[in-house]
Amino acid sequence: MSEHPIDRQEYNITAYTENQIGLLNRIAIIFSRRKLNVESLNTSPSEIEGIHRFNIVIHETEDVVRKIAKQIEKQVEVLKVYYNTNQEVIWQEMALYKVPTDVIAEKASVERLLREHGARVVVIRKDYTVFETTGHREETDMLIKVLQPYGLIEFVRSARIAIIKHSDGFNRKLREFERTEPGSEVVENEFLNNRDEVFSM
Amino acid sequence: MLTQDKTTQLAPETARQTMSGAEMTLRALLAEGVDTVFGYPGGAIIPIYDALYDFERQLNHVLVRHEQGGIHAAQGYARASGKVGVVFATSGPGATNLVTGLADAQIDSTPLVCITGQVFAHLLGTDAFQETDIINITTPVTKWNFQVTEASQLPEALAKAFYLARSGRPGPVLIDITKNAQLQQFDFPEYQPCNHIRSYRPAPIVRPEYVEAAATLINQAKRPFVLWGQGVTLGQAEEEFRAFIEKSGIPAAWTILGAGVLPTSHPLNVGMLGMHGNYGPNVLTNECDVLIAIGMRFDDRVTGRLDKYAKQAQVIHLDIDPTEIDKNVATTVPVWGDCKETLPMLTALIEAKTHPEWRRRFEQYRAEEVAAVIQDELFPTSDELTMGEVIQQLNELTRGEAIVVTDVGQHQMVACRYARFNHARSNITSGGLGTMGFALPAAIGAKFGRPDRPVVAIIGDGGIQMTIQELGTIMQTGVEVKIIILNNQFLGMVRQWQELFHERRYSFVNIASPDYVTVASGYSIAGRRVAERHELQSSLREMLQHPGSFLLEVMVTRENNIFPMVPQGCSVSEIRLR
Repeated sequence: MSEHPIDRQEYNITAYTENQIGLLNRIAIIFSRRKLNVESLNTSPSEIEGIHRFNIVIHETEDVVRKIAKQIEKQVEVLKVYYNTNQEVIWQEMALYKVPTDVIAEKASVERLLREHGARVVVIRKDYTVFETTGHREETDMLIKVLQPYGLIEFVRSARIAIIKHSDGFNRKLREFERTEPGSEVVENEFLNNRDEVFSM
Repeated sequence: MLTQDKTTQLAPETARQTMSGAEMTLRALLAEGVDTVFGYPGGAIIPIYDALYDFERQLNHVLVRHEQGGIHAAQGYARASGKVGVVFATSGPGATNLVTGLADAQIDSTPLVCITGQVFAHLLGTDAFQETDIINITTPVTKWNFQVTEASQLPEALAKAFYLARSGRPGPVLIDITKNAQLQQFDFPEYQPCNHIRSYRPAPIVRPEYVEAAATLINQAKRPFVLWGQGVTLGQAEEEFRAFIEKSGIPAAWTILGAGVLPTSHPLNVGMLGMHGNYGPNVLTNECDVLIAIGMRFDDRVTGRLDKYAKQAQVIHLDIDPTEIDKNVATTVPVWGDCKETLPMLTALIEAKTHPEWRRRFEQYRAEEVAAVIQDELFPTSDELTMGEVIQQLNELTRGEAIVVTDVGQHQMVACRYARFNHARSNITSGGLGTMGFALPAAIGAKFGRPDRPVVAIIGDGGIQMTIQELGTIMQTGVEVKIIILNNQFLGMVRQWQELFHERRYSFVNIASPDYVTVASGYSIAGRRVAERHELQSSLREMLQHPGSFLLEVMVTRENNIFPMVPQGCSVSEIRLR
């Protein structure tokens, strides 16, 4: 190994892909066969209809990440893969916090909490209140610590989404690409709901 | 060939536009130039087999005895002919029996299209009879796979399958077709082969500046060394490679999958790389100043310890697959692209040289290896037969014109080291995966792929017992395969490791064998058993001259070791001669 494990850091892998069933598994296998842990994975439509985007976070050396990115890009249904450090992307994670309404109303200065942590109230019910905040990991973690004393019932954090700071060029290419070579529709199994109508042996 | 005697043969109805998914599948195969299919029927693929009944004249279907035999046969067919190998299997266990062959084809870049039947689409996920999730099972071992649940998806899926299997870096593709899609009638317009997929680049764009940089390095080199692999064959670049080698005057060594691209007798062919390769090529890898890797992937069996591999050399790597560049060995100059395209560009830019001093170094090491290993292996003075002398005698009779198909183990290394090859696509072996049981079915497939060439399968007493049922395929089809079993009454390669590295603790390697000649006879295959030197050449001659398949069992030294050897964890410089 040319790099010492101390060189490990968080990398954000961005993959532009076709929207095809099974591709998630194909990409996941690239990590699992090497016994690499994925810290976070998000898949969603990209800014261009017909092209999907994976955001994958991995804590590794650049040498390993470079090879992984190449292996992902090698898959037939993958268009392009980038990998970036945290400094090269704008990234966010979203978190939801559920706390008992009576405790939070009685003991906490809700307004101050919201202001200090950039949070907002999503829902208020008699028995519980749900807050939401977005930010970096340490920011969403901080609010957990703050809310624990108020009887935090449930907490969930989304996968990371990241935007590459310098991606103008690729975006233009991608738009042109989609215009000249439109992608095909994903085909799903339409028969699962007709089971009683089909005879088979 | 033995085929069913049928009174009706239907001509294809080119004008018909409505047909079943099963029929369309067969028409797609014909449109893709397929002439031979290896397969085994079962419930979920009956519609395709039903359609096949009407295509017997156009498609030669070879009924194997096990799906693993089917896929290895398809591999042998593809490797010998350069065409796409095709295999049919049913769902569930039929499909899972393909997995070893898929993994083998994936790692050795063999173009295959596997068509599996699947349960009805409405039953998917219900644990129906003979249902397995073959798409997810085979995802890690296929270049691409796809499940078809409606007949209308078939034309595009099959066209993509063939295109992906054969283009770029070839590989296995699996198409899983639910039974309803096979049965469904649909309007089928004319078949359109695929030659482009928007998210797939079969070969990277060649960048001339890198070719120029590579040529500069080569022109400055005092001790350049070429390593070539199967990529040259897959790129159909044998002539371009030879032109490059002959102009550059650079000594060249091969991986086992690259064997035959330069004939064994070529003066610039300095031998085999790797763990059991030749002495000079291994040692001098760590003395060259420029290492030029062409269509090879620096497999660990070639490199030994990476931290002591060619550290002194500037590395030029020509490969069609960008993931191979810098994967194992850091490259000074990467040359991405199909070597059919890059090699002529490189040849045009290099100076004609001969490197006489440097080449002499290889000759000196060769002489050392002959004295220490090769002489005794090929011309033994002991009473017992050696594997090497069997190969040597075979060389004298076939003169390098045979396709040699080997299984995995000691006999494989001996055959690869000593068999003479005049042509590419002549050494068919399971290189990357090391699949025991590969040779017999692969030899059957190779003969179907190249009926004009003699095919000799060289198999150990372990490997033959893994797929021995394929003798039934030989019996039924009448295909002509010459089978040599090199029987040392051991699982020899494991025994060798146990001897060298585990204090001779022979744990479960003393495998017993049946009477192979009697077994062959049961399948109506002629055979003979040899244990004496004076019978060896006559029995080989009898085998080669026999009209039809022949099984020759040769009893060889029980505890012979394969040397040279780069022990595990050692560098190529630390190769042992004994």
